[in-house]
Amino acid sequence: MQPKTSFFKAMFAVVWKDLIAELRGKELISAMLVFALLVIFIFNFALELDPKTRSALTAGILWVTIIFAGNLGLNRSMAVEKDRGCLDGLLLAPVDRTAIYFGKSIANWIFMLIVAMIVLPIYSILYNTNIISPALLLVILLGSEGYVAIGTLLASMAVQARTRDILLPILLFPVILPVLIAAVKASAGILSGFPFSDLQTWFNLLIVYDIIFTSVAFMVFDSVVEE
Amino acid sequence: MKKPTTLKILDVVTLVALLGATAMVFFYAPIERVMGAVQKVFYFHVAAGWVGMLSFLFAAIAGILYLVKKTKIWDLVGVAAVEIGIIFIFINIVTGSIWARPIWNTWWTWDPRLTTATIMELVYIAYLMLRQGIDDPERRSRFGAVYAIVGFLSVPLTFFSIRIFRTIHPVVIAGSDPSAVGTFDMTPTMFQTMMVSIVVFSILFIDLVWHRIRLGKLANQVEELKFNIQD
Repeated sequence: MQPKTSFFKAMFAVVWKDLIAELRGKELISAMLVFALLVIFIFNFALELDPKTRSALTAGILWVTIIFAGNLGLNRSMAVEKDRGCLDGLLLAPVDRTAIYFGKSIANWIFMLIVAMIVLPIYSILYNTNIISPALLLVILLGSEGYVAIGTLLASMAVQARTRDILLPILLFPVILPVLIAAVKASAGILSGFPFSDLQTWFNLLIVYDIIFTSVAFMVFDSVVEE
Repeated sequence: MKKPTTLKILDVVTLVALLGATAMVFFYAPIERVMGAVQKVFYFHVAAGWVGMLSFLFAAIAGILYLVKKTKIWDLVGVAAVEIGIIFIFINIVTGSIWARPIWNTWWTWDPRLTTATIMELVYIAYLMLRQGIDDPERRSRFGAVYAIVGFLSVPLTFFSIRIFRTIHPVVIAGSDPSAVGTFDMTPTMFQTMMVSIVVFSILFIDLVWHRIRLGKLANQVEELKFNIQD
């Protein structure tokens, strides 16, 4: 038997494969992006937004947009693997299976961040206010990490079910709630102009949740993909 | 598969104990001075919440054991615990609402405990929906086990996140937050009634889990028999 490919090499191969496929097809990010913009427009009409006076609302809308778009992306990214039998191919590869998990997670994370990076400036232009700040970017980085960590795990279960199109949000949203609460609270604080030290708790919580969710997903992923 | 005699005895014991606990709530425990008769909801409210939490803990442990040992029995225990937990947490939420209406003047508030209990309910309803969507029994058990573990882990984190805001839910046992509305000091008879309720509900839980596991085994047998006939 040939020696196993190293963990990181395998992981980056999966990430690279997803990025190249996305670069050629542009299916996932374009869908997520259009969807995200639609969500913002719907919120605008539903809530009569004025972000200057309602910074707490802005944080909530940003996060709802991000997790809805992320949900779309997660579902699609695993469905593609499943439909064309690619998942079986990946699993047959003589590599550590958690490398596949981390590869998929990182790719999903990158997609979510790309979408967020486009949504933020558009939001700023639409409401004629600058919401972009290093602290907010850090919150989005941490929050979406926790989201994709557990999301990739649950998406790989959901695509194997008969009811897969409706299942992922139902499985994911109640479980991801702690990350969402901390992320929304931290973002709202940043948008209201609170100093970083006041928001330290939420940042700490986000980091702790990320670690917990990533490690538990890492531990159980093997049992999700085994046949 | 005949119903075991121990289970029959347990059924009777559970029934008698449940009647006894109800009698204690109505006749033994005194009427609380400020809140009046509605406070009596408290005993079964706490007991149902206790059994609900216990069930989900069982489900998570059964999930871990299933993933390690891959024996069918742990899957049956897991489903049994989740189904029963959903019912008891539902009882817990409803009795809480009945009490909250006169005391807090609202059926519902976004308090950490209330919110967490309801999110927990949604997590385990999602668990049942996940299982329903998968046809292959082995995969269904595996995914159920994974989700029971992830869900159980997430619930305390949710509680903790919301807890950072202030709460108005009374902490009757070991705690006296002055901002809580509807708190009271328990008399010895109240405390005894509560402990009896918790014990009785735990017995009820064991009885129900046993029945549900037996039902699961029978369902598996039926499935096997059907499969054999098709061959």
